[in-house]
Parts: sequence; structure tokens; C-alpha cells
Amino acid sequence: MILQAIAFYLMASVTILAGLAVVFARNPVHSVLFLITAFFSAAGLFVLMGAEFLAMLLVVVYVGAVAVLFLFVVMMLDVDFTQLREGFSRYLPIGGAVAGLLTLEMIVVATTVASQGAASASPGPNASAGADVTNAEAIGRVLYTDYVYFFQAAGLVLLVAMIGAIVLTLRHKPGVKRQNIAAQTARTPATGMTIVDIKPGEGISE
Amino acid sequence: MIGLTNYLTVAAILFTIGVFGIFVNRKNVIIILMSIELILLAVNINLVAFSVYLHDVVGQIFAMFVLTVAAAEAAVGLAILVTFFRNRGDIAVDDASVMKG
Repeated sequence: MILQAIAFYLMASVTILAGLAVVFARNPVHSVLFLITAFFSAAGLFVLMGAEFLAMLLVVVYVGAVAVLFLFVVMMLDVDFTQLREGFSRYLPIGGAVAGLLTLEMIVVATTVASQGAASASPGPNASAGADVTNAEAIGRVLYTDYVYFFQAAGLVLLVAMIGAIVLTLRHKPGVKRQNIAAQTARTPATGMTIVDIKPGEGISE
Repeated sequence: MIGLTNYLTVAAILFTIGVFGIFVNRKNVIIILMSIELILLAVNINLVAFSVYLHDVVGQIFAMFVLTVAAAEAAVGLAILVTFFRNRGDIAVDDASVMKG
């Protein structure tokens, strides 16, 4: 139990400090790296709660895909990032005040909700599935039966996002030679070559 | 004893950091997008915490869908960012007021 508490406080503080570093870092590359740290330790929190499948999903999707995407874009764009930070200190006091108020309110609400007894005192697996079912199996049993249409819709969302990202970033440069398959297959000997009758002793000039 | 309140507090603090990040970095779209990711992570922590402490796996299913939408949003947002940079040469969003929105 003590070990669990140590693990919780370690990962929670790493998550929060990394989140703060994302916001405060001067270099956006450092921000992305701190974002990876935040997601990684949040995955640790998920494991601590017993949601192993979602923890692994978080690592694969965020650390593997989204963070790399962010790194690509940050490194690809040639931007003066120091110039983008102006106004930071101007908005800092009021932003900090609003943030402090918001945190306080949300913690009060969370404490009230948790103390009302709606939630059980200890974390546990799905009540209907039983204790011997693993987390991934419990999710799979519900996801592919009751929520199969939502699962399909999620796939559709990803497809639309993929097509949208390609359409937005695809750029046709003028003057680049591309293969035109229709023109290639429509070519006949009549259009593809000419027979020139050359007189003996004379060359051919363009 | 680590209870529901502890996880909800972590999520609340992370959510506020995200909001704060949008507030103070209003010029830099990349940081704004990362702040949105932090906010969605806080929401996911809330969903998973309630799912685990209510002994109901549906919250984790919903967290998975939030994760899907967050990934799609990041992809499209960064694509828009790249197009914006190509057209204007910088990514300062506070003077992007062509549409007078």
C-alpha cells in the first residue's frame, strides 16, 4: 500500500511538472519532449489504476505517433520562436489567477463528488465481468458487442482525418513531370511514331 | 490510501495547466495544440478514474474514443498549421484575422 502511494505521488508529480514544462519551455522541441514525459507518466497512472490496455494505447498512440508528428512539424517549420513568446509575461498574472481559481473549484467539486459515496473506496475491475477477466478482455467484450457501431465510427473519423491531412498538405508544383497513365495507355503506333522518308546522302535536321 | 479524489485532483491540475498554456501562449499555435492534448489527457484521466472506481469498464471505452478523436485532431491541426505556414511564412495566429472572425 505504501509502495502504491509512492508510485502514485511520483508519477502524478512527474505528470504535472512535465505539463508545466510544456507550457513554460522556451524551445518548442523541449515542449514536445516534456509532452512525451507527461503522457508516459500518465500511462503509469493508468497502470496504477488497473487500466493497462488504455495505458499501452496511450504510449503507442501518443509517444509513438502524435509526439513524433509534433516533432516533425516543429523541426520542419523555420520560425523564430522567441518572437512568438512576446506577451507571455503580460498574460502571466491574470492567466495564473484564472488557472488557480479553476483548479481550486475543480478540486472542490471532485472532493465533493468522491465523498458523496457514489464511487467505491477501492479500484476494481468491471463488476459484471468478474475478477479473473483481464482489463483488455473486459474492454474487448464490451467494445466489440455493445459499442461496435461507435468503434466503426471511430475508424471513419480516423479515415476522414487522414484524407483531410493529405488534402491539406498535398501540393502540386508546376513544371514537375508526372506519369499520366491514361495518356500512356491511349497511345497508338499512329500517334507514337512518324515515318520519315530520308533521301540517301542527306542527314535529318530537326 | 490512494482514492478517487487523488486522481481527480491530478486531472484537475493538468486540465488547468492546459487552459493556462492556451492563455499565455496565444501566439504560438504549436504550444496551443500541445495544451489541447494536455486537456484531453486530463479528461482521459478523469474518465479512467471514474471507470475504475465505479467498477464499470464503459468509461475506458469512452476514453479510447476520446484518444481517437485527439489523434485525428492533432493530425488535421498540424496539417492546417503547415498550410498556414506555407501561405504566410510564420505561425503567429493572433494576427490571422483575414476572416474577421
